[in-house]
Amino acid sequence: MTMLVEARGLEVAYGAGRSLLGGVRPGVRVLHGIDMAIGAGEIVGIVGESGSGKTTLGRALIGLVPASEGSVRFDGTDLASLSDEALRRLRRRMQMIFQDPMSSLNPRHTIRRILVEPILLHGLEPDRAGAERRVRRVLERVGLPAFVLDRNPHELSGGQRQRVGIARAVVLEPDFVLADEVVSGLDVSTQAQVLDLLFSLSREMGLAIGFISHDLSVIRAFCDRVVVMRAGRIVEEGACEGVFAAPREAYTRMLMDAIPLPEIDPGWLAREPEDA
Amino acid sequence: MSAPLLDISGLSAISTRENARVLRDVDLVVAEGEVHGLVGESGAGKSTIAKAVLDMLPRTIRVTGGRIVFRGRDLASLDRASLRALVAREIALIPQDPMTGLNPTRRIEAQLTDGMRLVAGMSRGEARERALALLEEVRIADPARTLAAYPHELSGGMRQRVLIAAAFALEPKLVVADEPTTALDVTVQKQILRLIRGMQERHGTGVIFVTHDLGVVAKICDRVTLLYQGKVVEAGTAREMIETPRHAYTRALLAASPRYDRPEHGCDPVPGSVVAGLEAEIARHDEGRAP
Ligand SMILES: Nc1ncnc2c1ncn2[C@@H]1O[C@H](COP(=O)(O)OP(=O)(O)OP(=O)(O)O)[C@@H](O)[C@H]1O
Ligand SMILES: Nc1ncnc2c1ncn2[C@@H]1O[C@H](COP(=O)(O)OP(=O)(O)OP(=O)(O)O)[C@@H](O)[C@H]1O
Ligand SMILES: [Mg+2]
Ligand SMILES: [Mg+2]
Repeated sequence: MTMLVEARGLEVAYGAGRSLLGGVRPGVRVLHGIDMAIGAGEIVGIVGESGSGKTTLGRALIGLVPASEGSVRFDGTDLASLSDEALRRLRRRMQMIFQDPMSSLNPRHTIRRILVEPILLHGLEPDRAGAERRVRRVLERVGLPAFVLDRNPHELSGGQRQRVGIARAVVLEPDFVLADEVVSGLDVSTQAQVLDLLFSLSREMGLAIGFISHDLSVIRAFCDRVVVMRAGRIVEEGACEGVFAAPREAYTRMLMDAIPLPEIDPGWLAREPEDA
Repeated sequence: MSAPLLDISGLSAISTRENARVLRDVDLVVAEGEVHGLVGESGAGKSTIAKAVLDMLPRTIRVTGGRIVFRGRDLASLDRASLRALVAREIALIPQDPMTGLNPTRRIEAQLTDGMRLVAGMSRGEARERALALLEEVRIADPARTLAAYPHELSGGMRQRVLIAAAFALEPKLVVADEPTTALDVTVQKQILRLIRGMQERHGTGVIFVTHDLGVVAKICDRVTLLYQGKVVEAGTAREMIETPRHAYTRALLAASPRYDRPEHGCDPVPGSVVAGLEAEIARHDEGRAP
């Protein structure tokens, strides 16, 4: 398989740069030497504890934060070699669906404006009418009624907002989507609908997906491969089948042990997981 | 039996945007020391109930009927100032969207200690000590660094835990937790569930726990209310809902839950026949009632 997205020795530091007095501020290093690749049409799950660097990795893979060491390639091009303008044009092909939908949707714009404008901006449709038709088709697939178009983000429920974020990403027909905890706020039925949409885009159009989630049950059902992160490093990776049937890392096992299954079990809460 | 902590009866609400019903005659009772699960599909009205209890409804949602009685007092009978004071002291919200619960321009320390100083009258030093202890309880690895940070410098799960810490800061009587663990990995989630259990055992705190995760319901909730389009479809103990669900919708949700231990299980939408049955119930409910 040719790799669509490829990170080599990727490191990311926040707050790095030159200080006012000309000294070098090293910043806080959050990712340490990540090697990872996602092929066209492949769905790769990313799991790991809170603060381990999943969102940072996602942002780096689509060029929203620069690598401080190592490289990220998209379709063979090193993102660091691109001008801002070239990166902006590439953006349509790599989309991020954010963990916190409120922080990524302009509160003063209607959902119509939020969804239609990027389509026109990237020239995917010649006019508003065409863009709106495209938007309505996607809304239906994420299970949103058309009336949401006239609302502002804060007038929607949390899960409705999350689906607006999903619609905004897939309506641009990207090649790669980085989905950051996009189904954790959805009920199981809506979740199934959204996963089905992403899955068919992946299988029919070759969409590659990086799928950050803490829900190992969903990862197992949805992803081809999974990487497990801890403290800015990948500690385990492999085909879902193998990792779930026989996790090599104690940490991965601990994550599995802490999953609450829908079964009454009064002793569960007090039980300590086997230490990793 | 003593009076319940929270007694919601016949609560109805509409969205003034398109005059659509958002809540339909909702009854929901939370006893002292009870963790009450609130479950239902996206848009079913869970957050609306949460906001109604905290008197935080947006202007575009209007309550059209029903009562909310908290510790024997009808909230509608209180004047604005007493209601504000009561809510600040005794009811805490963990909001669904962490960024809306945090001010992006202020450091975490200021946001976490405001209530302790203004409502509980602690000194700056006392409040800081308490904030550090709370962050440790929610398993934040570096509490001092977190206090000094701005919200955007924290990961999603760290922001969520800051809000959980803030909710428990004043030892409220009732915590309304709106999907408090959706962004947390399962080990931290388990820790938070324990924290909530501990609060509830030590202080008799009652909790409304909004979630769509039936696994979480099974592990922490005493009782559960299941909503569909703002109407209560089934209510009962967690054991009844999980082991002997009565409504076809409850059974469908259980069947749709993905399980890591059974890869072939779940990830299916609720069947059309079940949805049709629910729509018929909603239509029967609305018949002859003004919105
Ligand atoms: N500010 C608002 N003005 C008008 N309608 C609103 C507003 N906020 C939410 N609604 C509508 O009210 C209904 C119930 O929303 P609510 O946020 O209570 O759902 P929810 O059960 O919490 O869903 P989710 O699981 O997606 O968070 C939805 O149809 C939503 O679109
Ligand atoms: N803008 C920033 N400035 C400084 N530090 C940051 C910034 N963004 C994130 N961090 C830090 O980087 C680390 C990794 O954060 P990241 O958001 O990538 O974690 P995550 O794995 O996505 O966690 P979660 O599951 O909680 O969302 C955390 O310690 C966080 O505090
Ligand atoms: Mg994150
Ligand atoms: Mg909600």
